[in-house]
Amino acid sequence: MIHTLLRSTIFATSLVLAGGALMSPAFAEVVYNRGSAAEPETVDPHKTSTVYEAHVLRDLFEGLVMQDAKAGLIPGAAESWTISDDGKTYTFKLRADAVWSDGSPVTADDFVYSFRRLEDPATGAEYASMLYPIVNAEEVNTSKAKPEEMGVKAVDPHTLEITLKAPTPYFLEMLTHQAAYPVNKASIDKDGADWIKPGKLVSNGAFTLTEWVPNDHLKMVKNPKFHDAANVKIDVINFIPTEDRSSAMKRYEAGELDSYDDLPTEQLADLKAKFGDQIRVAPYLGTYYYAIKTDKAPWDNVELRNAISEAIDRDFLAEKVWNNSMFPGYSMVPPGIEGYKSAMAKFADKSQIDREDEAKAVLEKLGYTPEKPLKMEIRYNTSENHKNTAVAIQEQLKPLGIEVTLLNTDTKTHYAHLEQKGDFDVARAGWIADYQDPETFLGISRKASGNNYSNYDSPKFEELMDKAAAAGGNPEERFKLLGEAERVLIDDVGQIPLLYYSFHNIVSPKLTGFDDNVMDVHPTRFISKAE
Amino acid sequence: MLLYLIRRLLTAIPTLFVIVTISFFLIRVAPGGPFNQERGLSPEIKANLEAQFGLNDPLWLQYWHYLKNLLHGNFGPSYNLPDFTVTELFREGLPISIQLGASALVLALLVGGTLGIIAALNQNRAADYAVIATATAGSTIPTFVIAPIIQLVFALSWKLLPVGGWGDGALLNKIGPVLTLALPQMAIVARLMRGSMIESLRSHHIRTARAMGLSDWSVVVKHALRGALLPIISYAGPAAAALLTGSIIVETIFAIPGVGRYFVQAALNRDYTLVMGTVVVIAIFTIIFNLIVDLLYAVVDPRVRYD
Repeated sequence: MIHTLLRSTIFATSLVLAGGALMSPAFAEVVYNRGSAAEPETVDPHKTSTVYEAHVLRDLFEGLVMQDAKAGLIPGAAESWTISDDGKTYTFKLRADAVWSDGSPVTADDFVYSFRRLEDPATGAEYASMLYPIVNAEEVNTSKAKPEEMGVKAVDPHTLEITLKAPTPYFLEMLTHQAAYPVNKASIDKDGADWIKPGKLVSNGAFTLTEWVPNDHLKMVKNPKFHDAANVKIDVINFIPTEDRSSAMKRYEAGELDSYDDLPTEQLADLKAKFGDQIRVAPYLGTYYYAIKTDKAPWDNVELRNAISEAIDRDFLAEKVWNNSMFPGYSMVPPGIEGYKSAMAKFADKSQIDREDEAKAVLEKLGYTPEKPLKMEIRYNTSENHKNTAVAIQEQLKPLGIEVTLLNTDTKTHYAHLEQKGDFDVARAGWIADYQDPETFLGISRKASGNNYSNYDSPKFEELMDKAAAAGGNPEERFKLLGEAERVLIDDVGQIPLLYYSFHNIVSPKLTGFDDNVMDVHPTRFISKAE
Repeated sequence: MLLYLIRRLLTAIPTLFVIVTISFFLIRVAPGGPFNQERGLSPEIKANLEAQFGLNDPLWLQYWHYLKNLLHGNFGPSYNLPDFTVTELFREGLPISIQLGASALVLALLVGGTLGIIAALNQNRAADYAVIATATAGSTIPTFVIAPIIQLVFALSWKLLPVGGWGDGALLNKIGPVLTLALPQMAIVARLMRGSMIESLRSHHIRTARAMGLSDWSVVVKHALRGALLPIISYAGPAAAALLTGSIIVETIFAIPGVGRYFVQAALNRDYTLVMGTVVVIAIFTIIFNLIVDLLYAVVDPRVRYD
């Protein structure tokens, strides 16, 4: 009897289990294997420096404001905000249902703590400058003020007040940056330096971190406590760094990766033929340029600088050297910022032949010919494409009577030399937007900027930039002034813009919501995957 | 024997000390530092970062701190992966590199050794030529060619293996990297084995053994092989040290999270502590395997004694 009972119980149990097993495909986890060209360096929002961290942190954390699938600004942990008439005080209303992954509420104090931590010199945050517009933020970061003196205040648990030094129309855009994400004080107090470890990390985004094997993968799982969890379609993200781009293409083809954020650009034509519209190449807010020492003879001559810039065939660079993975560039601010019109070099519309003739005439006038050439050195950091670009330019400038020599060093040596204001003629550089505003591209040519490798120094440019900053309350006027400033910079050839960056993604047709945008941001909470 | 072992291990300490000292200062001679990058940092922010890692101290003091920490088994934090200490990175990566390297080494010794013996026994016959031709090809084709071919054929065309990734150590994920690591070694071992076996077969004691009517098997395996093993052992020691500490090419192409790529990545990133970590690990492996080679000599060759 007991035996029969036992047997039937086992039978019944196995039936139920088998039924469960049969049913389970309907509830199968949706796993998104997201390929990345590099390893993120950290998951601490305050210690990040690369876009690879940004891709991960955007899924783990939620700032006051966030970006949607098209990089548009949307409410994040704050459901609404008001800006005072003088443009200096921002009051954020936090959403009542925002919680950390440990269940505790996200409060205004969390943001006060986080912003202070970002600026605390002991944190050593590379992106501390992201919040410099806040009163005393820079002073705290440079040990000139105490963290409590920063212009950020919790009015009540759900109201955060931020005071800026001056009206900063792009401040909300800056807040979408990962450096402005909140971190959890309780877990940092409890776990110390280990708070970022998988399993321990308390975050407030759509996903939580469960595994990180360096150079292999980060596993993130859907956070059921996230306020919009009902609309998050992906259950598991495996963030998979694959450094070798050719291998990554094979992994994609084999179905091991659902998307990958870089392409072996030398194979771009073949890849397009093979994968069609799975290959996504479109403008990305970034400028590839050459810095030229504007305070050193003979490069201090605007006419000469302009002739060199004019003679460079950017169409050739974009098509032949970069296989159309970059676009010809004639301005420092790349197109794509809404409401802003970039100031293009005046020769941009002329034919290449006319441009070469004009450039040649200038060099002849200055006494340089192929027989008696001008010597110029181009420094670049190690990369096959940087080398090919420099070689192409070397050839293009030869008929003008410019003898170009090339100097290659590794990336660290290259930028150390530029930052320490070492001697050079022309040097390769690039700039990717941290936030969608012309300011980020023009600021690097200001006299005081450490990134002004050209030593460009124009009182008129400075004046217009100052005026634009002062016009913060009037966005239209401000863009107009920034445009005028860029016009001065371009006419002075303070830098030589060559190409605009593009993003290059390969995206499986199974994915929806991985939308193209100029910031190349793709929050996973808006992505879904069909089986 | 034991005394010899202790003496060798004791001399390893000053060797390591010299290696650590030279590397510590050499990497600092390279221009640029861990915080130079395309997006330049303001001097203040850079100073904050340097203070955090003690890089603003005088170099001699940094060296002193480093030595002190090293004696406590602390390799310091990685500058480029600040969420991990160098020790943690090695704890994750080294077992992976060792697994792949050891499998490749065993495969290379077994297959390469057998092929070499077959070639030697069939000197100047078809089998010999076949082995020599394959071995020459095997040792001249670089790994960065072999690896993508393995991916294309076994993963994409035949769909037998994954293209890359560690897959938490799944067997299938290891086959490609192990084969790529093993093939060139196999070729070298086969050629070495063939040469030394031919020589060994010609020696007097083998002639004596044959004259005494010993079976072919006994002559080859018990007597000739023993003598022929010495060059293989001296080659395999350093080869093992190199294989077990990972290969940047194989790890990069197959997306394997081993430690081989740290050696290059860390140097390019000026990740000083990680560079030092790789140097120390490789030095220790090299010292250990050279010691093993010397000890094996005594086992294989009765003429060698460490008393």
